[in-house]
Amino acid sequence: MTTTTTVPPELGTFPRVVQRNATTFGERPAYREKAFGIWQGWTWIQAHEQVRALAIGLIDLGVEPADKIAVIGRNRPAFYWTMIAAQYVGAIPVPVYQDSSADEVAYVMEHCGARFAVVDDQEQVDKLLDVSARTPILERIVYVDPRGLRKYDHALLHDFAAVQEKGRTLRAELDPELDRRAALAAGGDAAVILYTSGTTGRPKGVVLTHDNVLATAKNTCAFDSLSEHESILAYLPMAWVGDFVFSMAQATWAGFCVNCPENAGTMHKDLQEIGATYFFAPPRFFEGLLTSIRIRMEDASAFKRWLFDGAIERARAVGPALLEGRDVSLPARLLHRLDHALILGPLLNATGLSAVRVGYTAGEAIGPEIFDFYRSLGINLKQLYGQTEACVFVTQQPDGEVHPDTVGVPCPGVEIRIDDSGEVLYRSPGAFREYYKNPEATADTKDAQGWVSTGDAGFFDSSSGHLRIIDRAKDVGRLANGHLFAPKFTENKLKFYPDILETVVFGRDRTFCTAFINIDLTAVGNWAERNNIAYASYQELAAHPKVYGSIQSHIEAVNRSVAEDERLFDCQVHRFLVLHKELDADDGEITRTGKVRRRTVEQKYATLIEAMHDGSDQVYIETEITYEDGRKGAIRATLEIRDARVEPRADAAAREPAADAARAPAHA
Amino acid sequence: MPPHANRQRMPHGHPLMREAMSMADPAAAAGAPPVPSVPVMELGHITLRFGGVTAIKDISFDILEGEVRAIIGPNGAGKSSMLNVISGFYHPQEGEIRYRGKVRPAMKPYQIARLGVARTFQNIALFKGMSTLDNIMTGRLTHMKSGLFAQAIWKGAAEREEIEQRERAERIIDFLEIQAIRKAPVGSLSYGMQKRVELGRALVSEPSLLLLDEPMAGMNVEEKEDMSRFILDVNDEFGTTIALIEHDMGVVMDISDRVVVMDYGAKIGDGTPDQVRNDQAVIDAYLGVAHE
Repeated sequence: MTTTTTVPPELGTFPRVVQRNATTFGERPAYREKAFGIWQGWTWIQAHEQVRALAIGLIDLGVEPADKIAVIGRNRPAFYWTMIAAQYVGAIPVPVYQDSSADEVAYVMEHCGARFAVVDDQEQVDKLLDVSARTPILERIVYVDPRGLRKYDHALLHDFAAVQEKGRTLRAELDPELDRRAALAAGGDAAVILYTSGTTGRPKGVVLTHDNVLATAKNTCAFDSLSEHESILAYLPMAWVGDFVFSMAQATWAGFCVNCPENAGTMHKDLQEIGATYFFAPPRFFEGLLTSIRIRMEDASAFKRWLFDGAIERARAVGPALLEGRDVSLPARLLHRLDHALILGPLLNATGLSAVRVGYTAGEAIGPEIFDFYRSLGINLKQLYGQTEACVFVTQQPDGEVHPDTVGVPCPGVEIRIDDSGEVLYRSPGAFREYYKNPEATADTKDAQGWVSTGDAGFFDSSSGHLRIIDRAKDVGRLANGHLFAPKFTENKLKFYPDILETVVFGRDRTFCTAFINIDLTAVGNWAERNNIAYASYQELAAHPKVYGSIQSHIEAVNRSVAEDERLFDCQVHRFLVLHKELDADDGEITRTGKVRRRTVEQKYATLIEAMHDGSDQVYIETEITYEDGRKGAIRATLEIRDARVEPRADAAAREPAADAARAPAHA
Repeated sequence: MPPHANRQRMPHGHPLMREAMSMADPAAAAGAPPVPSVPVMELGHITLRFGGVTAIKDISFDILEGEVRAIIGPNGAGKSSMLNVISGFYHPQEGEIRYRGKVRPAMKPYQIARLGVARTFQNIALFKGMSTLDNIMTGRLTHMKSGLFAQAIWKGAAEREEIEQRERAERIIDFLEIQAIRKAPVGSLSYGMQKRVELGRALVSEPSLLLLDEPMAGMNVEEKEDMSRFILDVNDEFGTTIALIEHDMGVVMDISDRVVVMDYGAKIGDGTPDQVRNDQAVIDAYLGVAHE
């Protein structure tokens, strides 16, 4: 197996692969960025030249081998070039989330000891100047967008274009040095350090080697037959492993084009224009897109709604079957063609997904409803399962073998085993080298034989042979009555309702389960508008009795569905409240990638959880909130707590409802 | 140096575009904006009457090159009339207006626009059915030379001109960060966004003097902060002289270099924000005076 899953040494590092691309794919587009309303493009030859000019500029600035270079900005070719240029000169790029607070940036910069930073604009420069006042490590900041920086002290600031320009003038002098450094690099060297946002504790720096990343790229490109003809939209945070693997590793390995949107707000328009053929988005994106389609359709005329509903219903019946190459009767096939030409095709165009050949989602479970919706439109949407430590890919669904509740088969080269406690472990060429400067954590996660613990509980589905993930292993527990508690099971079912953005279910060591609900302002706001419900703020809307009423009906529907699962029967939600604020990354309640930090939420809202379990009907809370610029404020609210109907156990039908009605203040 | 000579070094994020432009002049790029000393406009003893009502009584002040000059005052103080005098929309019965040292005769609005004066309106005067981009392009009208016929065929000079104008409009769109609404009809945008588009239309004409009539009116805190930043950025990056009327005292004091205070058509204060804030006449006008 090892022969097929490793990369040859002549392509063993990123700079060498880019060099090959300049020769092999020379005039093919490598990067595009929309700027001033037009897509600007660079071929592989031009991109290679940009990278070399920058690399020489970096040598001139004093970058030494093994230096760390922090990269902070939105997805732009300049930053992909920066990462390759850093690797060229033997340094290690460390992408940092651009929306991190100064504290978070300071921690990462200090931990990795970055002497250099390449950043986007004034906002990031301000953050770094703040950081450099605290830690003396940072020596040079290179910025891409000079706007607003004219009056700054330029003692440690450099303009990106000027650094490249300097690099071009020094070419004759420093070309040999650059080539010497590029030749010294080996596949086992660190290609990047990615700080995991982590749902617990301080972020850890995951060190991925060129071997890790390129082998993963090679195997997974082969798995989905990705070639230089793909096109991808780079819009997910550059500090996230996914963007590094899709837009850096796979794109350079296969030689396909990376398209960078104009800014965050234009992502959708840009996706539509580019027509990506390979696309990744978290479930939240697909949920949001479906919600916006539904909202638009609810506002449309009755006739249009009838057309839409009919086409979708027919597509649900035949779409997935066609995608998987199963037999469909001729009339159904013809009608589906017609639907596609008149209704589904234009709809697909509006979503920007019409050209997608391979689409992936991961990170959280996606609702079967949502998943099927896109597949019935003919989008080859699949799920994968992965983590930073594995260069993303652990398992993925092959074409034609897609089940909404599983995450697929092991990726090429990956071995998986389930240990006695039910935790999923894997061993693969992509498995990380270490956590930077943290040998204890490395030893905890990766054993001597190279098996890496995922921290997720799962099992192989006996009928399909695909992996199924239950929940984070440490979140799975027991209720006070000893029954299994897996919060994500219930949460995922709840989140499939468009008006529920986020939810957190509590119940470990308690007598029954309770839930926090975050409403989706877009969906609920639109609903309120159509029903003439006036509100002045998020808080007021969230507390509206009608909103509570509709959430309650969702919860009761979910309870019925949860009750069908024998093992997780007790994960039904008995009581709930609608939170007065959205859980937010700036408040540390969710990670930058949008995962709930359960412990933080439990601590911060302990009074609310207590109140839900002691039988109170309302509870007062004062919450500290953090504004985007780091200032603090407080909001106060009195929240209503409601009971939801739960399904009684069939065998105890006589006893259970009575106990439910007379629920005593129960927390031990 | 004319103030908008700076425009050639306008900030824009795109490395290639920037390479294509002159990288030559590092001294100017790093240089400080011009010291405000030369008056762009001097208003001498202006009196404006509407029939029997005197809107402005004998007011004199000047606007210096490169400064942010605010005109404040309670409701009905005559601020908007003053801005209309500056923009040439009203012709005062008495007094003289000097623009760049020369007495400015009564002019039509389009003639004033050609002098390099642009403005925004208190009530937003955009073409609601047109897109953001088209609205901003109308601001380039004074710079278009090709005739109706050439525009219709759209060949040669007319085509080149259109591309050049579009490029400048795109720079402003980039500057104001309104890429996402480029193609959206202006009527569908929020009030704050419309204000931004209107600023864009004024900016794209490359004014040397920009007049803003209550740029923050009706905005929420966040929109006000954004708008303040854009006003300061315009002043800083393009060296544009700015005269503005604003109700929100906090904003005015934060972003202005000098402030004129009006009350009942007369000037009651003039100076830096600090001076004005501590001026007894101004405090009285805003807080009221106890009558003995």
